[in-house]
Amino acid sequence: MVTRLKKFFSGTYLGLMLVFLYAPILILIVFSFNQSKTLGNWTGFTFDWYAQLFRTPEITDALVVTLSVAAISSVVATVLGTLAAIGLHAMKRRDKLLLENISQLPMVNPDLVTGISLMLLFLFVGLKDGYTRLLIAHITFNLPYVIFSVLPKLRQSSDMLYEAALDLGCTPMQAIQKVVIPDIMPGIVSGLIMAFTLSLDDFVISFFAGNGVDNLSMYIYASARRGVNPALSTIIFVPVVTLLLIVNLKSIREERNAELQSSKVGMKR
Amino acid sequence: MKRTDAKKPKSAGGMHVRRSVFAYPYVVWMAVFIVAPMLLILYYAFTGDGGLTAGNILQAANWDNMRVLLDSVRFALYTTVLCLLLGYPVAYLLSQMKKATAALLSVFFIVPMWMNFLLRTYAWKVLLGAFSNMLYTESAVLLGMVYNFLPFMILPIYTTLIKLDRSYIEAAADLGANPTKTFLKVVLPLSMPGIISGITMVFIPSTTTFAISQLLGGGKTMLYGDLIYMKFITEQSWNAGSALSVILLVFVLISMTFMKKAERTTGDEGGGRLW
Repeated sequence: MVTRLKKFFSGTYLGLMLVFLYAPILILIVFSFNQSKTLGNWTGFTFDWYAQLFRTPEITDALVVTLSVAAISSVVATVLGTLAAIGLHAMKRRDKLLLENISQLPMVNPDLVTGISLMLLFLFVGLKDGYTRLLIAHITFNLPYVIFSVLPKLRQSSDMLYEAALDLGCTPMQAIQKVVIPDIMPGIVSGLIMAFTLSLDDFVISFFAGNGVDNLSMYIYASARRGVNPALSTIIFVPVVTLLLIVNLKSIREERNAELQSSKVGMKR
Repeated sequence: MKRTDAKKPKSAGGMHVRRSVFAYPYVVWMAVFIVAPMLLILYYAFTGDGGLTAGNILQAANWDNMRVLLDSVRFALYTTVLCLLLGYPVAYLLSQMKKATAALLSVFFIVPMWMNFLLRTYAWKVLLGAFSNMLYTESAVLLGMVYNFLPFMILPIYTTLIKLDRSYIEAAADLGANPTKTFLKVVLPLSMPGIISGITMVFIPSTTTFAISQLLGGGKTMLYGDLIYMKFITEQSWNAGSALSVILLVFVLISMTFMKKAERTTGDEGGGRLW
């Protein structure tokens, strides 16, 4: 009885928290099928908002900018960052510590300060192109996340492997390509994913460092007062949730299988 | 074995030099896009028409600005406390569940972190505007901040709690502690590292939040981020803006040092970092 009551209360609490986290988005999604312009006043079902979404060049442009900046900046940051991690890992302790600490700056710095500092630099050197500015800014704030997800993997793997590859006749480049990189692949992939999602989501740094070319966050901010097309929330929400569920369900299923396996082994013993 | 040992000092040294070359492109990038921009902020913060000066900083540290900073800290504290009070039970309840269920449910609590935070804040703006008269009040800003930062509190606490060795809890029960006492004396202290990193992940970003107060506060609630924005963008006063940024940085570094210290005393590995 007591455990059941406990279960009921914990279920209710978690449910309420989920409602708190999802309600605003879900309500926006529901009303993206509403004919009326005002929220909370249901006048009939329609796909008009969606049709309008794809007819609004500001939105489609912002979508393209967001996705392309995320793709390019995360790939560039992953390549640069992985190489950097391999290099840092092989450095002397003192140099490594210094560089690691500087690398942490964009993570420690408030986004606002990072954005403004980049804005000052771009103004100082006279770089005007908004898209290039966004790319540079995103690569810069993505880099530390890649480096610090690759470095732990390098620490786990053995330096011997690299040296063995050299002894067996690999050039350093080949050794990195064929031995080191496969060994640290999980770190590289998680760095890439993190960089991509961070880039998709960024507002503050883009807002200050950018110049005229808007990503989705900047578009939403700029049009918040006159209202944003509610269909946009569906366009953003559904793919993210689906993707994350697919990725996680796979790992959860693996975990459950592993659990079953280990319990079987336990029984045998 | 012997042969490689004898060879090692020379060849290993040579290789290490060569491998560190891979970091050079990044080092250049870092110098241009991380170090140089920060130096620019310092430059504008400490120079005036006549040359080197501390005047900008002194001027920026006036009573009005410091009151805005205090207000931001107050908001950040409220946010942190609310996130902790709301988030700890979530993390705890999740950690008590079967592994597979907890893994699935925890995804749902973390998904919002991957959703455009501006859109989620905008959703609240629409919601509050349509169904309440809370929009453009301090409570709306606070709500938006708690909403945005809650997952950042849940995640680290949850990861600490699932790693917690169950035998401690069983031992406490075997030794006669009731569930409340077990929680207070065993679970809570052992989850301190998670709590502290949660606080770090919520308190510092929420001190410097910028868009939430604009969207939900309607410009009535001036936070420190808004102040910096005003100086740079509205007034185009780079010296004053940079001085405010430097003050903010000093504040963040001080808070971080405190957090690191707290982390170390709770036994989490700090690992030779400067900040």
